[in-house]
Parts: sequence; C-alpha cells; structure tokens
Amino acid sequence: MKPKPMFMSFSRGDVTNFVMLMVIGLAVIPVLIQTDYWYSSILIPWLCLSLAAIGQQIVMGYAGQLALGAAGFMAAGAFALFNLELRVPWVPFPINLMFSGLIAAAFGIIFGLPSLRVRGIYLMVATLASQFFIIWMIDKFGWFKNYDTSGIITAQDIVIFGKEFTTPLEMYLVVLVVVAVLTILAVNMTRGSTGRNWMAVRDMDIAAESMGISLLKTKLQAFAISAFFCGVAGALFAFTYLKSMEPVAFDIKLSFRILFMVILGGLGTIKGAFIGAAFILLFPVALNTLGNELFHGAIDATIISSIELVVFGVLIIVFMIYEPLGMAKMWEGIKQKFKRKPEPSMARVSDSKA
Amino acid sequence: MLDTRSFPIGDPILEVNNISLSFGGVKAITDTSFKVLQHEIKAIIGPNGAGKSSLLNCINGIYKPQEGSIAFKGRKLEKITPKLIAEEGISRTFQNLALFKRMSVLDNILVGRKLHMHANFLSVAFQMPSARTEEQANLERCEEIVEFLEVQDIMHTPVGKLPYGLQKKVELGRALATEAQVLLLDEPMAGMNVEEKREMCRFILKVNDELGTTMVLIEHDMGVVMDISDNVVVLDYGKIIADGPPDEVRANQDVIDAYLGVAHD
Repeated sequence: MKPKPMFMSFSRGDVTNFVMLMVIGLAVIPVLIQTDYWYSSILIPWLCLSLAAIGQQIVMGYAGQLALGAAGFMAAGAFALFNLELRVPWVPFPINLMFSGLIAAAFGIIFGLPSLRVRGIYLMVATLASQFFIIWMIDKFGWFKNYDTSGIITAQDIVIFGKEFTTPLEMYLVVLVVVAVLTILAVNMTRGSTGRNWMAVRDMDIAAESMGISLLKTKLQAFAISAFFCGVAGALFAFTYLKSMEPVAFDIKLSFRILFMVILGGLGTIKGAFIGAAFILLFPVALNTLGNELFHGAIDATIISSIELVVFGVLIIVFMIYEPLGMAKMWEGIKQKFKRKPEPSMARVSDSKA
Repeated sequence: MLDTRSFPIGDPILEVNNISLSFGGVKAITDTSFKVLQHEIKAIIGPNGAGKSSLLNCINGIYKPQEGSIAFKGRKLEKITPKLIAEEGISRTFQNLALFKRMSVLDNILVGRKLHMHANFLSVAFQMPSARTEEQANLERCEEIVEFLEVQDIMHTPVGKLPYGLQKKVELGRALATEAQVLLLDEPMAGMNVEEKREMCRFILKVNDELGTTMVLIEHDMGVVMDISDNVVVLDYGKIIADGPPDEVRANQDVIDAYLGVAHD
C-alpha cells in the first residue's frame, strides 16, 4: 500500500528527506564551506543546471518528447531577466525572475508545436530550431543586449527587499531557495494527475487520447513548463554564475550537456536530474585534478578534455543498454541492499526498455 | 436470466449507419450498419481480416470512415476523435494492449479517471486542497476497481512487467475507471487460457449486471460469445452477414459458410 501522507501528499520519508537536505543546504554547508570556489564554481552551477535538467526531464523523461534545445530556453530566461531588471528595476527580483521563466515558457509553447506532428528523432531536429532561433534573435537585435557594443552584457546585482545578494554564499542561498521551491512544484506535478497525463502520452499516446487526454494540450503544457524551468535556470545561471555573458554562452553544447544529465541521471525521475547534473559537472573537475595529480602536467589539458568526451560517450552507450533508468535507479538499488525488508519502490518507473 | 437483470435491455444507444472504410484500394468495411442496445452485451465476430477491429476504430475515432455516420444516444456525432468519443462516454480496450507500460497498475487505472479530474497543473503543483481532495477521491475509486479485479498485490508494479493475462485485466480496469456508458472491448480474452477466460467473462458479466454498462466486444472464442452475449453481429469481408441473438446466428447458413467455407462445385 501507499505510505500514508503525512503532510499534503508527502509521506514521512519524503518530509524527513526534504528537511534533512534543507538543513544541510541552508545550515551545514554555509558553516562548513568557507571557500568561495565551492560556491561559485561547484554548488551554484550544479543547482542551476539541475533545475534546467528538471526542465529537460519534464519534457523528455515524463512527457516523452525528444526535445533538444534546453540552452535556448535558458538564454531566453537569462536575457529576459536582464531586460526586466534593466527596464523595470522597481519590480521585485523574484517577480522578474518568475516573468523571465514565463517568457521562456512562451517560447516553449511555440517551439513545442512541431511535437503535434512529428516524433522521436525528427522532433529532436525540429526542436533544435529553438536553440538556434533564440540565440540568433538575441545576437541579431541589439535591443536585447541594451545595444552594448561588445555584445557582452553584465548581469545586474540581485537585490531582494533592499538586501543585496552579492557574495558567492549569498547568491548560493538565493539559488538554493529557488531551486528547492521549484523542485517541490515539479515533484508535485509529476506525482499528480499532471504527471500521469504526461506519462500516459509518453507511453501510449493513442490510448491516452482514448481516455480523454488532449494530446495538444498535454504536449504543449509539458513544453511550456519545461521551458519555464529552463528559463528560470538560465536566468539564475546568468546572474549568479556567469555574471557577464553573451548569447553564445548558451550554445548547443550546453543543450547536449543537459540532455546527457537527464540520460545518465535517469529518465523519468526528478532525483536523476540532480544526480546527472552533479556527475556531468563534477566529472571533468575530477578528471582534471586526477590528471594533474597523477601525471603532474605531463598530459596536455586538451587531451584530458578529449578523454572527458570519450568517457561521456561510452557511459551514455553503456547506460542506454544496461541501465536506461540511469544513476537514480542504481542509487535505489544500492539503497535496497541496505534495507532489511525489500520494498517494491520505484514502482512508478522501472523497466523501460520500450 | 433476462428477467432478473437489474438493467433490462433498452433502446438503441449506439447506432452505426452505413459506414464504409477503405485504405487505398482495399475496402475494409463496406456499407455497414448496426445498432447497439442500451445495457446489452453485443459481440462482433467474424473471420480474420473481416474488419472487426477497423469497425471499433471507426466508432472510437482512430480511423475516419469515408462514408457513413455514428449516432450516440439518438444524436448524430458530427466530429469523431478519440478524445471527443471518450467525453461522450464511450471507452475501449485495444487488441494488442495499449497500456502505459512504465506506469504502475494503479496509475494506469488512474489515467482512466482523467475525465473525472479537473485540477489544472498549478493547483496540482501547489497541492491546493481542491486538487488533493480530487486526487484522494479518484484514488479511492481506483482502489475499488483494483479490488474488484483482484489485483491488489500488484497494484504498484509497472504493467510492462506483468504477464499478458494480467495486462488484459488492467486494461479492462482502466476502461472501467472511465465509468463510460459503452465499453468497446477488442478481443479482451485473446491469448488467455481457459481459466483466465472464465474469469474475464465473470468480470464482464458482473460489470454489465451491476453497472448496466453496454458492451461491444470482439471475440474469437465461440463458446464465450454464445455464453455471454445478448446479440451477435457477424462480419465477413467488411460486410454484415448476420445480426441477432446467438442461437439464431449460429443457425444462419451464411455464417456457417463463412466460418466453414463453402463447397465450390
């Protein structure tokens, strides 16, 4: 039987996990970690990219629409926030942040339209349009960059209710709170009727339609919500990590990285987005450190970064074949081994050879 | 038996009028008409390729017939799509199983409740009281169906991992969850053993008896058809060759010819 809900739809386990993570994130980490490097180079980009990966997860892992263009929506969100902060600076930052997500969502609806006609790899090609169009648009029209001659914009300072959030630690806290709130919303949606409709469309669209689900509405909704998450992620990424940026920062390579996060982390789990983002982000760092420690610079940095790509490629193939549910599933498996009584958890998403 | 039914057979609820469907030059259904009466169990039988599944797909809106019309509850349906048909109150199962494979049994059945759930994504995301009560109420309905189908012990298992017979049962459960007035069952017992078939028959009869659901089912097993159906339509080469109570149909010379073949002399 389903565990009894303790608070809203959350079980006791969910609530304890969440409280524990928030205590670690809000209290333990700020006390333990004093170096700025950890905040500005690891934790902030990890949280931002995890949020973008949740967006990719919604459209791909849940709604089953192969979309490739997360970075385009991130760019839309980032430049939307820059313009909102520039033109309507009196609007509180959180509201501007939300609007930048909504602007990205509008793009999501437009570029989700091909999903009504094509699917699979063809849809992936069609959604690439979002990637190229948004970047081109921002590049082409100076207005989006406030006619900066260098084409590089500088993100404004984050000010919430008169308080400035400028140090890495402060910005980390802002990102953490936003990501935590949006993660809860994503979990609620995926566990509720919204997520069921997405998954029904993913698994068997004709049956979903026969049950009264509108394919048009469900697909576009997934695209819009996905783009909203990517947009907010992009805005946070720009304002807390990049700080000064040009549209090229959100190129197709970033889209691919987000795609890999979702595949390696595990399709169809929110947890997978976080695990995948951590892996994709930390692995190159680890590889670099390892290369330097072991060979003391004997191996060229370019070779190391090539090795990185090779390893990602191999891992993706291996995961696709042996564990399509990714690292999130492996993690569940490890957890099961330490439990006395085996439970049929992960019931919602297992077996996905299909 | 007929006298003791809690929902006696009534007027026509679903009327198929002069449907013709062809794929390119191949005629799947030719000028076919029949009526389904309220609360009855109607079987559609016929040799392979006779056009039975195509007929259900026309009613359900998956195929668009070139000619003909369909009337439901005395009203001609202008636009027929799977979604609109579901909203009218006609649900179905599929010949080759169309379950949501990666979702649990309970979630599959919950999808069947779609038309009874109206919370939008924001109230779901923010877990508004309205969304929570709605989810709870529908969850309880689905747990009743799970109990009715006696699949409690697998309700959290992804359906893709279940054996065929159980998947068929889940698909029936999903169709039941819609609380549709008419269920179209495309070979609900195909590939089942005798025991499973008997069980499935029991479910179909029970649903018809307790809820008064009108059933249109395609079946190959003659024994089953003769046992449970009130009326039988026989299709051959896209045409109806007989329509009536099982005993009458069984005695029909055209039907015997279609099934056993005619001596060409």
